[in-house]
Formats: sequence, C-alpha cells, structure tokens
Amino acid sequence: MASIAAGQADTFPKLLMRNARERGQRTAFRHKDLGIWQSWTWAETAEQIRAYARGLQDLGLKRGDKVAIIGYNRPRLYWSMCAAQWLGAVPVPVYADSVAEEMAYVLDHAEAVFACVQDQEQVDKVLSIADRLPRLRQMLYDEPRGLRDYDHGKLHDIGDVIASGAKALKDGAAGEAIDREMEQGAGSDLAIILYTSGTTGRPKGVMLSHFNVITAAEIGCQFDGLNEQDEVIAYLPIAWVGDHVFSYAQAIVAGFCVNCPEGPETVIEDRREVGTTYAFAPPRVFENMLTITMVRMEDAGPLMRRMFHYFLGVAKQHGEKILNGEPVPLGALLLYKLGDMLIYAPLRNRFGLTKIKVGYTAGEAIGPELFKFYRSIGVNLKQLYGQTEAGIYITMQPNGEIRADTVGRPAPMVEIRLDENGEVLYRSPSIFGGYFKDPEKTAETMTADGYVRSGDAGFFDETGHLKIIDRAKDVGKLNSGELFPPKYIENKLKFYPNIKEAVAFGQGRGYATVAVNIDLTAVGNWAERNNVVYASYQELAGHDLVYDMVARHIDEVNRSLAAEPMMGGAQIKRFLILHKELDADDGELTRTQKVRRGFIAERYAPLVAALYDGSEAADISTEVTFEDGRKGVISARVKVRDAKTYPVTAPERPAAARAA
Amino acid sequence: MMNAEPLNVTGTPIPAGKGEVLLSVQNVSLRFGGVKAISDVSFDIRKGEVRAIIGPNGAGKTSMLNCINGFYQPQEGQITFKGVRRDKMKPHRAAAAGIARTFQNVALFKGMSTLDNIMTGRTLKMKRGFFWQALRHGPAMNEEIEHRKVVEDIIDFLQIEHIRKLPVGKLPYGLQKRVELGRALAMEPELLLLDEPMAGMNLEEKEDMCRFILDVNNQFGTTIALIEHDMGVVMDLSDRVVVLEYGRKIADGTPDEVKRDQKVIDAYLGVAH
Repeated sequence: MASIAAGQADTFPKLLMRNARERGQRTAFRHKDLGIWQSWTWAETAEQIRAYARGLQDLGLKRGDKVAIIGYNRPRLYWSMCAAQWLGAVPVPVYADSVAEEMAYVLDHAEAVFACVQDQEQVDKVLSIADRLPRLRQMLYDEPRGLRDYDHGKLHDIGDVIASGAKALKDGAAGEAIDREMEQGAGSDLAIILYTSGTTGRPKGVMLSHFNVITAAEIGCQFDGLNEQDEVIAYLPIAWVGDHVFSYAQAIVAGFCVNCPEGPETVIEDRREVGTTYAFAPPRVFENMLTITMVRMEDAGPLMRRMFHYFLGVAKQHGEKILNGEPVPLGALLLYKLGDMLIYAPLRNRFGLTKIKVGYTAGEAIGPELFKFYRSIGVNLKQLYGQTEAGIYITMQPNGEIRADTVGRPAPMVEIRLDENGEVLYRSPSIFGGYFKDPEKTAETMTADGYVRSGDAGFFDETGHLKIIDRAKDVGKLNSGELFPPKYIENKLKFYPNIKEAVAFGQGRGYATVAVNIDLTAVGNWAERNNVVYASYQELAGHDLVYDMVARHIDEVNRSLAAEPMMGGAQIKRFLILHKELDADDGELTRTQKVRRGFIAERYAPLVAALYDGSEAADISTEVTFEDGRKGVISARVKVRDAKTYPVTAPERPAAARAA
Repeated sequence: MMNAEPLNVTGTPIPAGKGEVLLSVQNVSLRFGGVKAISDVSFDIRKGEVRAIIGPNGAGKTSMLNCINGFYQPQEGQITFKGVRRDKMKPHRAAAAGIARTFQNVALFKGMSTLDNIMTGRTLKMKRGFFWQALRHGPAMNEEIEHRKVVEDIIDFLQIEHIRKLPVGKLPYGLQKRVELGRALAMEPELLLLDEPMAGMNLEEKEDMCRFILDVNNQFGTTIALIEHDMGVVMDLSDRVVVLEYGRKIADGTPDEVKRDQKVIDAYLGVAH
C-alpha cells in the first residue's frame, strides 16, 4: 500500500527511524515499573534500538542469525526484535510459559544463536536445556534480579549491551556503519518466524517477510483508521501473531503508543489507567472481565443490583441498535442515556474501555451473549478471523455489519475461495513465505495458484459474511453419515458461563457425547449462594445439582442444534463432567487454550468408553503435572448422564448459530 | 555447656561475611509469675546469617523473640545488640536500632491498602514533623516521594504489584503474610525477626516465601532470625539452628548437627521413660 509503494521505509527498523524523524517527541512505549509509567518517545526508542543493534553486533550477531525472544511483554523485548531486524537477523518469539521440552524444540528447530529473555526464570529454563542447543551462543536478560551471581561469560544485561553499544556509537564512523546495516535491509527479507501453537503435532515456524507484516499492519490500520493518537496495551503472548501485528507492527507503522503492564495480574487496572483506544483480546479475556463483574454485583447492595440489572435490560434491548446507528424510539434513547450515566460509563471505566475506539476478539469463537453484552454497553467490539500464515487478517467485520455468529467479510486485499469440502482458502499480499525448514508442510498448505489452505471449514451466509464451523479435518461424521462438527458443539456449550471447557466425541460412532469442565468461578459462586458445600473442584464437579445445571444447558444446545440445517444429527445424547480441569501443563490444551481432542480421548479412554457403553459411572485415574513440574495422580469416579434430544426441525435457509 | 558455642568450640568454618556477632543473648531467663518461660538461654546471631529457633509447642520460642525486640523484659541475663548492652529495652527503640519483625498471627491494618501498610514501615525514617506531613507540600512531599520509591522497590521485590491498592483485609492469608514481610523490610532492618512466616500456608506459598527469605538475605544482606515448625523449611533455609525445649536450650549448631543430636530427636519424637 501507500508507504510501501513510496519505497522508502520497507523494513521495521527503517519505519522506526521514520517515526523518530516525523514524530520524535510522541510517546512510543510505556512500561509500568515500580508503580510509575516509565515512557520513551520515538526518538529515544530509536536511539536505544540503534545502540542495542550495535551492542548485539559486538556480541557477534550476524545477518540471517536467529534470535529467540522469550518473556512477558516488555519494551526491551520488543526492542530486541527491532534491534535484531536492524542487523538483518531474524527474531523468533517463543511462548514464555512453554515447558522446557517445547522450548527446547523451538529453539533448536529455529537454530537460535542468541536468546533475549525477560528474567531469572527464563534464564534458568534456557540454561536447563542448554546442552540440547549447541548453536546457542549468547543470552541476554531484561531484569537482573537474582542473576547477580550467575556466570556472566555468555550472559548479559540488555541495559549493559545497549550502554556499550551507545558508547561505541559515539564514534561517527561507527554510527555510519550501523546505519548502513539498516539500509541493507529490504522489504523482502525474512522479518520474523512465528511458531504456531500446533493443535496437532510439532509447532511449525511461519516465515513472514517485512513486506508481509507491514502489509498486514496496514490492512488493519486503514480498516479501522488507526493513527499515532492511539494507545494499546500489550499483554498477549509476544509469540502470537495477534500481539506481533497489534503491539509491534501496527504500532511502528501507525506510530502509536504501546503500553506494557506491570504484570499479568495488573492488566485490567493498568488498562484503566492508560485508557487504551484499541484493544485485542481472545474471548476468554472478555469473559473473565464479565464474570468478575457479575460475581461482584452479586455482593452489591439490593438497590445497586436492581439498577444494574434494569439498565442492562435496557442496554440489551436498544444498546446495539444505538451503537449501529439504527433508529430507536426517543424514550428508549433517553433511557439509554440515563443508563449510560449511571451504569454503562462506570462499567466501561471499570473494564478500562472508556476511550475504546474499536476492540477485536479472535482466536476462538465468542459467545453471542458475551459479544452482545459488550456492544450493548457501547463498546465497539468486533470479530475477525485470522491465522498466523495470513499475517493475521482473513476476514473482518466492517462497522455497522457486526453480528455475533459470523466473522465478517474478507479483509481488504484478501481473496477467499471455498473448496468442495467447505475448506476456506485465502490469498493476499501478507500471506507467509512458507514454514521454516519444512517444504513438505508448506506444499501441503499452499496451492499452486498461491492460495493458503486455512484448514477451517465454513460457508458464506446470504449477506456475504463468512461463518466458520470447525477445523476442516475435524468436521466428522457419525456412523449414520450425519455431520458431526465437534468444535461447533463445544463452542455452543462454552458460551454458558458455567461451562469452561467442553470436549465432544462422536466421530465414527452412533451418536455425539460431551465431556465438560465447569467454571470454578461461576459455579463456585453459584454454590456459595445456594449453600452447596464443596472442598475441591473434583467434589463440586461431581455434585448432582451441578449435573442438573449442566443438563439444562445441554438441553438448550440440543434444541438449537435441532433447529439448524445439517446439525440436527449431532445432538448430544450423553454427557459427563470431568473430575479435573483440563490443563496445558498436562498436554490437554494447547498454549493458546484450545482442547486437544485426540489426546483427551486417549487419556480419558475409560470415560469415553462409559459414554458409549451405557454405564452410569466410570473410574478413572490420571497423572497430573503441577506447576513446578512434579507429578501426581488424581483418581475419581465420574458419573455419566443421558440428555434429551429433539426431532430435527431445520428451517430452509441456514439459521444463525446461536446458543440460548 | 558443650553445645553453647558450637561454632567456636568445634571450629566449624564460619561462612564468609557471616562472622561478626550481631546480637548475643547471654543467660537470659524470663518468668511470668511462677512460670518459667525461658531459663538460662545463651546463643548468638551473626551478621548475614539465617538463624532458626525451633522447638516443640510452648518451648519459649516466641517469648525469646519478644525478649529480643524488647517486648518482654527478661528478669535475668543480658542481650547485646551490635556490641551495645541493652537494659530497659522498648519495642520502638529496638525498631529504631534496626530490629524489625513479623508476627505469628498477621498484624496488619486491615482497612488500609497494601501500599499504605508497607508505608507505615517507613514511619521511623520520616524526618518531617506532623505539621509538614499533614500539609503534604514542599520538603514533606519530596520526602514522601523518596519513601514511596523504597516501598515500590519492596512491592516489586515481593511481586505484589497487583494488590498494591487493595485493602489487606480482603487478601488471602498467604498474601497478607507477604505484605507483613514487606512492612518489616520497609524499615530496612539489620536484623529481621520472623515468627512462623510460613504457618498456615500451602506448599506453593511456602516455597514462594522461602524464596523471598533467601532473597532478602542474599540481596540486602539482612540478618534473619526465624521461628518455624516445618523442619524441611528450617533445614533448607537456615545456616544455624538453636533448639529450645521447656524454655531451655538443648542444642545449637548447623542443621545437620542439630538433626543428628539425640536430645533433639527425643524432644521431637518423644522418648520412653
């Protein structure tokens, strides 16, 4: 687009220098540290990164080398990416919470020679796998705490590296030399390798060029009119394409400010202090905020509670229409304005969404109730559908065309095609250049005419919006031949606040069944209010009243499935509530919190068998991994229940996929 | 008196930087009416070490701590801190001299925020009088900013940023303990007395607390005396251990020495008479 066509700044370091020239005094990064928002302008940031690049060069970093970036969102880790790119090296962000085994695989596969990490925890983790990483030469850290007594032969404080680089750059010739390094970079250079979390198999390294990422960033910036006035908060994993595009690429392209919170627990509070104008979050973040609010409201005084529920009712009825600019009766408008003063504005303030211009949710399907709730109180929440391979954007929802059950129209410059199995294929200038060191997988994913197989099955509805059903290979069939879309069923269940996770079974079997995880916050609160006594998750999960509650939800899901075309056969016949929460540490979820269905079916084989042999209960014992890596065993007797199914009454045209 | 000064007697090498005696307790006895809480106990705490005081229930551990920080006056014996013998000691004077403590049952201001609670630990360091403080202007303001910096360092150190502004009464117990440790640290003490810092905590909280205690000792060089029941914790954390039973000292030495001591084994496991 425009700026690329202009030909000047075709890499991120060049864009950074452009920002330093054109908006040098505007704030580029903020980080809340020791209770204060420390900030850096674009000019300061550019100076730091330039010196950092020189420091890295002195440590021996060369063009084409790979640099692992591991940690929580910190300005200096983002700078590490840019400083590496300055030298033509390739940053490889890694999920900070991945266990040593996963990290070893990614670092080894990426051939990382440097690692820039956040703190002692990450240093220790990398050191513990160092013997499997013969290529790793240097490690840099951001927070020195606890690292004083470590051997600093190959370990460096990022601050020291920047300082020594700055010292070296005092010499004019050195300055020119480092600037030449930057000038050598080209838009077609590999900018970053993002490892996908991998619902199946080993993570794959998605290679994106500067051109790809800049294009993706521009698509988003133009679509929603982002500019240097905007503010975002960076709190999602830096290894995720969403964070990379939103908190790094778009910030540098549009010149807006990235705010790094103190820590994962302070995000809501920090967001409130900053007043971000642009937000991006997976549904569970929005869900969490709402759950916390609802739980707190239960403890509020009766007057407050009544007012809260009354005005939420008003918002539910008229809020979305007002946001969409549709006409509403004058009385309703006035009532909504009153509600805005009393309830909605304070609520938005609580959520830190007072100044929000546009918010996106992606990564998973969002519950329609949840989605509508935020929109009804005046938050312009939208959905997008994206993939790492696409440089993120595939479809987006334009203003005024926002619906809970679709993911929107094709994003600008993106072409979409559906193949005969319903799989979504896309093509755009921002799509990736292939998987790192994996031509076979690349060939499987890319078609001859340049389309990428998304692996997701979907269809366009009558308004031209894309609707995603499930992973294409996961859309299975029952042995009756009827369609079985597990994720579709799971999502319908997960939209209930009481249900945290659901896993559907049914591929090649007579009927569909589910295993459910309850949400401890929501159900725990319900238990407290209803005098249900429990000592542990396991005990609560096995409680008869909890089973009754889940049975009601499943009943509603079955009703809605019966009313949809092609989905009626997939109604849930039997269900159970799992005795433990599914956990990424046990390999049951991916790091982005998606269920690994196959693995779960194996691990809980006795339970799955019980779902199909008609028994009332089954015994199970499973090994669990604690946070510190120790293992233990949980045993339980899990009850199985039958659910009611309904005759199929599908209307003629595809109906909205909504639960409840 | 074989065990009285084991390090000197046996010549056990003293860890580097942990030489000088910071506090010494000599022949201290404490009575409440006819009840003898402590009788004729002597031991010392050396600069930079982690010193544990252990013993069965009612052995006089907390009383010992209370004597050290001046809450109780022992009837006999003497306590010397930094080479100065103290007679009539009061808690506030002990605090001013550099002794801070936490309590067995959390003693925080429940309605105040974490930040304010830790800030109270700075009280003794505030130089401006009440008048200036109340005005909150000029020199008092600058002073407050300085103190706030120290407090923020502690909040960062203890990783309690997320509860900075929450009233401590609403916090779970493990976090309250951490805030209390923070308040004690805010005094920048030379000697930190911890009365059962890990009581009532789950395994994870205990491990966190151990980490913090070791970090305090390492990074700030603070000398620590702690009372603890969890033997695993004591053995891992401390450089030297003193064992009390019925107000008397029955052993004193490194964790390994103490673990092997027959009298200690008897006291903890019971013995057939």
